[in-house]
Amino acid sequence: MVDATHFDGAHGPKPTRAFSRRNIFLYGTLIVVAFYYLIPLYVMVVTSLKGMPEIRMGNIFAPPVEITFEPWVKAWSEACTGLNCDGLSRGFWNSVRITVPSVLVSILIASVNGYALANWRFKGADVFFTILIFGAFIPYQVMLYPMVILLREMGIYGTLTGLVVVHTIFGMPILTLLFRNYFTSLPEELFKAARVDGAGFWGIYFQIMLPMSLPIFVVAMILQVTGIWNDFLFGVVYTKPDIYPMTVQLNNIVNSVQGVKEYNVNMAATILTGLVPLTIYFVSGRLFVRGIAAGAVKG
Amino acid sequence: MATGATKPFGLFRNMSAKIAAIPMIFAAMVVFFGGTIWTVVYSFTDSKLLPRTNWVGFEQYERLWGTNRWLISIENLMIYGVCSLFFSLVIGFLLAALLDQKIRFENTFRTIFLYPFALSFIVTGLIWQWLLNPEFGIQSIIRDLGWTSFAFDPLYNQDIVIYGVLVAGLWQGTGLIMVLMLAGLRGIDQDIWKASRVDGIPSWKTYLFIVIPMMRPVFITTLVIIASGIVKVFDLVVAQTSGGPGIASEVPAKFVYDTMFLRQNLGQGFAASTMMLLAVLIVIIPWAYLEFGGKKRG
Amino acid sequence: MKTLASLLTATALTATSAQAVDLEVTHWWTSGGEAAAVAEFAKAFTEGTDNTWVDGAIAGGGGTARPVMISRITGGDPMGATQFNHGQQALELVEAGLMLDLTDVAEAEGWKDLVNPSSLLDSCTVDGRIYCVPVNIHSPQWIWLSNGAYEKVGLPVPTNWDEFVASGPALREAGIVPLAMGNQAWQSNLAFDAMAVAIAGPDAWVDVVSNKNVELARGDVYAKVFQAAADARSLREGSNVQDWNQATNMVITGEAGGQIMGDWAQGEFAVAEKVAGEDYTCLPGLGVNEVISTGGDAFYFPKNDDPAIEAAQKELASVMMSKAVQVAFNLKKGSLPVRGDVDLSAANDCMKKGLAILAAGNILPGLDQSLSPDAVGQIEDLMTEFWASESITAEDAQSRYADIIESAG
Repeated sequence: MVDATHFDGAHGPKPTRAFSRRNIFLYGTLIVVAFYYLIPLYVMVVTSLKGMPEIRMGNIFAPPVEITFEPWVKAWSEACTGLNCDGLSRGFWNSVRITVPSVLVSILIASVNGYALANWRFKGADVFFTILIFGAFIPYQVMLYPMVILLREMGIYGTLTGLVVVHTIFGMPILTLLFRNYFTSLPEELFKAARVDGAGFWGIYFQIMLPMSLPIFVVAMILQVTGIWNDFLFGVVYTKPDIYPMTVQLNNIVNSVQGVKEYNVNMAATILTGLVPLTIYFVSGRLFVRGIAAGAVKG
Repeated sequence: MATGATKPFGLFRNMSAKIAAIPMIFAAMVVFFGGTIWTVVYSFTDSKLLPRTNWVGFEQYERLWGTNRWLISIENLMIYGVCSLFFSLVIGFLLAALLDQKIRFENTFRTIFLYPFALSFIVTGLIWQWLLNPEFGIQSIIRDLGWTSFAFDPLYNQDIVIYGVLVAGLWQGTGLIMVLMLAGLRGIDQDIWKASRVDGIPSWKTYLFIVIPMMRPVFITTLVIIASGIVKVFDLVVAQTSGGPGIASEVPAKFVYDTMFLRQNLGQGFAASTMMLLAVLIVIIPWAYLEFGGKKRG
Repeated sequence: MKTLASLLTATALTATSAQAVDLEVTHWWTSGGEAAAVAEFAKAFTEGTDNTWVDGAIAGGGGTARPVMISRITGGDPMGATQFNHGQQALELVEAGLMLDLTDVAEAEGWKDLVNPSSLLDSCTVDGRIYCVPVNIHSPQWIWLSNGAYEKVGLPVPTNWDEFVASGPALREAGIVPLAMGNQAWQSNLAFDAMAVAIAGPDAWVDVVSNKNVELARGDVYAKVFQAAADARSLREGSNVQDWNQATNMVITGEAGGQIMGDWAQGEFAVAEKVAGEDYTCLPGLGVNEVISTGGDAFYFPKNDDPAIEAAQKELASVMMSKAVQVAFNLKKGSLPVRGDVDLSAANDCMKKGLAILAAGNILPGLDQSLSPDAVGQIEDLMTEFWASESITAEDAQSRYADIIESAG
């Protein structure tokens, strides 16, 4: 944890008395800003607990007069798309099945790449890396067609493997950047000592680098889980209905307007879909900041 | 520099690094480079639904730059890009600086600022579409409070709709920028603060002239992340406005997607993609030069 | 050895007798009326044959669904059957040999004699071979009026476009939005086209979109159309909805006076249990020129190596064309059947109007049959811009429209 440990303390000027003008300003600002960030979540939750008549009558900020869990039940297991009326439940396990292997594979590959770039630079590595970073800027829509052709030629179009490959490729630029920066920031002496002891490429990676890299792995995991879980485009284009992820169902529920938009069901569906990444953020937020500190700061 | 293997140990040892880098080389060369070249090549054809090599020269580009919707898309991307870059950096930095004041409940605040990042753009777009709906969103609430002439309906006003998208985009993304900045601030040596306090330099000056210049690497990472997000803005617009009212909030990525798949005019879509990629190159090349070419890093 | 042999025979047997296929069918029919209609197909296919309909609905309209469909077909992982608007949308896929040739089914069942108007089948035909099943006839040139809204303001329900425009101010005064219109691009275009057919007349319209008569598009006749559309812009103010069926819902609830929308809007009225003639009124051709265009939906069957799937695809094609299914489906969908020989006594007022027009032969080609998706898209962009902003004058819009027609021709 070479770098991670000393990132914990705040560095600003020392705080003064509890109710100084400075503190009132400080906390006042923070609380106001916190409201801006929280209001949408509040509205989502409140709306998802209201019945449709109440939504039509009232204002969106009012707490529900009569709490109902009907929209949640409907979003999870009853909402219809075309003929399928089983809500989001169908997509949940698919999303898990897609996310777990995609996250593992993409992180494994990107970490090894980053390690090779940081510690074993070879001729031309910078060129590849620059192209990779360029890839981070390419709108996915542009690559849609070439990827269809590529997957077709590889014979993995429409399969889970194909989707894992796609997520690995498109997650690679930012992840590789993070890992490369992190490994570069580790003290070089460690690496040199291991080299002197005769350790090879994989030996150093597994015995020295991996154990020291928990924070950056947490960051990568959080970014990937969020990104892959929330992905809609690849999920819908490169798979087929029996492995459609949850976001596709979410889109279907939200866009299948039957008469009036059922805002409460939409909001419940939205929260349900966001629960997995949200939980991960709430649980590991602290590690995330630490990891970012370790991975992003050192250029 | 950690290039232990290059010279003294020769090709053999370095082979494993090269083998390990195969996925990266594959992604870079086949997918990103290959895909880009493929796109550029086919932008000179009149491909419709399926790619075909019927060359038409620069025809697609001429038509592209004569298309009103493309011009509006570019203009929107400029406005969105500049504002998003500016506000993300400023808000992100200010929030990070505020959180860095040894405050209580830092974890709570940080989580609140960061959680929107866990939500997809589709979700962000939907929720803000709702909050900005003039009939029951923010506008109607404020009118109900008595200010009946209050008007705030960016999503139904062509002139400001792109700012409505911006508000949502900032809500989703500034948390991550704040975390990056906070991480940068935590990396600044305590002694700098001590020294500046001893010298009696006001803290805003310390931030502006000492701390920020020291955070250059953070700013670079942040810029890459923000900028790549800007070029790719698509889902947010689709979910929030569908490009409307009219075509007032169209963006290039959406233009590309619609042209290629809706209008079944691949050639035109490829030409638009090529223009976008060209713009990215203009940003990337100086960056790569600074990062690898300009100076030797120790 | 023996057991192994019997095992092999057993597997071989199951393999050959495995006729029952799960056939995935993709479409973008997800609104209330549409879903009810597609359920009729699914029921007939699953119950009437050994196969099973696997529903692959993709919500968000053709714009979201078509990229997925095209990617999957070109990606080599095709679905069993897929919806397209027939005409030029799937033409290249057919030309590239990616679609199943249905000619044998069509000949065996005599589609040529059944399908009325015959232009529907022509749109499915490439080089003399038939590649799709037209399933319905949709005409976009209708206006739907809320009887309740007019009752509220004490006016008679308009019988044509001019009366509707005249009633605008009274509706507005009563807090009713005169013209409901969603924000999807195709809706703007649909409204304009309906007005063009009504005001410039069907012949002029065909001349412009099919024959690409640029002179006409630049001329005075079309100037009138654009002026009328510019005037209609103020009527739609306040209809802040996105989807077409949300706009229809405004008419259903009486929040809006009327909506220019295709006959599929009927499905929504039906789901809301509204009665044509009592709760709402429909005017084909905006009550001016009673014509309908013969666009519609069609199903294509991507080519597949598996003969079992191919057999199931052909079965589905034949199910979709069968009498009973055509009636059941179209009643729910609010569209007209593609066969001239079915009994539609169960049809409501509006459908009967449509059938009468069809029988009289007042038919226009569909827009998708006349223009490429690319040209339609450009026009949609223009119309979206035009309907949303007062800043584009009628003259500007007209000259840009004519430019698009010119480059399409």
